[in-house]
Amino acid sequence: MAADTGETPADGFGRVSRTKDVAFRLLALAATLIGIVSLAALLLNVAVDAVGWLDWQFLTNPPHPDPYEAGFLPALVGSIAIMLMIALVTFPLGVGAAVYLEEYADDGYLTRFIQLNIANLAGVPSVVYGLLGLGLFVGLFNIGYGTVLAAAFTIALLILPIVIISAQEAIRAVPDSQRQASYGMGATKWQTIRNVVLPRAMPGIMTGTILALGRAIGETAPLIMIAAPTTVFGLPNSFFSKVSAMPLQIYNWASYPQTEFQYGVVAAGVVTLLVVLLTINSIAIVIRNRYQQRT
Amino acid sequence: MTNEQMTPSETEPTDDQTTPTPGTDGLADTADSGWETTTDRTLLEARDLSVYYGEEQALSDVDIEIPEKQVTAVIGPSGCGKSTFLRCINRMNDLVDSARVEGELRFDGKNVYDDDVDPVALRRKIGMVFQSPNPFPKSIRDNVAYGLKVQGKKDNVDEKVHTALERAALLDEVEDQLDSSGLDLSGGQQQRLCIARAIAPDPDVILMDEPASALDPIATSKIEDLIEDLAEEYTVVIVTHNMQQAARISDKTAVFLTGGELVEFDDTDKIFENPEHDRVEDYITGKFG
Repeated sequence: MAADTGETPADGFGRVSRTKDVAFRLLALAATLIGIVSLAALLLNVAVDAVGWLDWQFLTNPPHPDPYEAGFLPALVGSIAIMLMIALVTFPLGVGAAVYLEEYADDGYLTRFIQLNIANLAGVPSVVYGLLGLGLFVGLFNIGYGTVLAAAFTIALLILPIVIISAQEAIRAVPDSQRQASYGMGATKWQTIRNVVLPRAMPGIMTGTILALGRAIGETAPLIMIAAPTTVFGLPNSFFSKVSAMPLQIYNWASYPQTEFQYGVVAAGVVTLLVVLLTINSIAIVIRNRYQQRT
Repeated sequence: MTNEQMTPSETEPTDDQTTPTPGTDGLADTADSGWETTTDRTLLEARDLSVYYGEEQALSDVDIEIPEKQVTAVIGPSGCGKSTFLRCINRMNDLVDSARVEGELRFDGKNVYDDDVDPVALRRKIGMVFQSPNPFPKSIRDNVAYGLKVQGKKDNVDEKVHTALERAALLDEVEDQLDSSGLDLSGGQQQRLCIARAIAPDPDVILMDEPASALDPIATSKIEDLIEDLAEEYTVVIVTHNMQQAARISDKTAVFLTGGELVEFDDTDKIFENPEHDRVEDYITGKFG
């Protein structure tokens, strides 16, 4: 090596222009920053507005016409109740469908047709699901306008395709050698799925489900379609209680004429919504990491 | 094909390996050639066995009689169908949608492709070790106990795990860490763990698909020693692309050449020192393949 002996040619090997390299690097950096900076600015703006409004009383009071008395509790509890129901519904359905499509179904026309449909359903606007929920759960099954169950089932349908697709990806990522090892030991299909495929795919399935829940918590349109009340004063105490959710309550406050509502109370609601969302996501990450360590 | 049509031998079930089975005259070549003659009973027997993947033929009219409690090596160039043959024995080819099997493969006299044979039950009698070590992301104990668990053999699990690890020559190295993950072991140890996993439910046959091809020479020699020991209790069929390995560890060698054809099957010494076919000799001496 030239460097070792110190006999480097005086002018090296010549130079290659890096202008485009540097220019592209700056462009890519700008592309990265535009999104992040504007999001940060928004968050900062909302957080500043929320100061003085987001207090214990806001979190524990029911809504009130006076902005200084207004609270978020029914919407907060409503959202959490809906989320829990959604998780209970979508997890088994999503995992079941994914297991069927990945492990059992033949690769025929029917399977491909179902697959294509699921991919398309993941992109259907949420207001359409609201219409479906109105017709199916409120109309046909008569669960009632704007109840916890109707809201949960409707949004569950909305995120089900996302859960299925991410669970399928997690199942597909399990190496085939693991399945072969299990079948080679004389395991049945179910034993292989139960003991080898699902444990290995579970962290991925959980991540996908929780990210889908993150989308669900912000949904407003389907709730409006099934006629969920924008403001509820009491806590939901049964599956058939009328329920509101955080985004719906925020939307409602934003339409009030008083500036105290439009800025302070809305901002406090938004910050609460985001904190709940981030909490759900971090719980998910903790659960996932635990699961990964055990295997 | 050297294996001239042999009379199908309906072998009487016998547990004693030393009992000569008169019906088995499939080793006529061997007797003629004057090499060491074994009279062990045939455990696995293929008759006109052909396998197709879609339109492509992977195995062509294979006739072979594999003796009990010996090591039978299957060698040949890549794509010659040797792994396909191995996977026919425990019907792992059933898992490939496009695979189609014709002919018979008899295990203990029973054609495993008969309608009344459950492939899952068959695989409980025929263990398998794969090319690259594939332990589960579970503890060493759970890995070895996996077959016992899925087969519902719930008695004396700890004892059986110990015995299997001992037979797989791994016990000394892992005795204190049975609860740590099987993935923490080295590649060679992982493969011995997979062997322990395969023998824990005490199958009749162990199929090995190039079990040492992903391992370093020291790990390989440990696996080879182990395979020779295993043949005292099990019938071992091993696919290898390493001819020295086949010569070192096997009693019988089957040579598959291109087109999924079994060209020669005989005692290993005979195959390596005085094969009948020029094509086999060319392959053994490295002129081809």
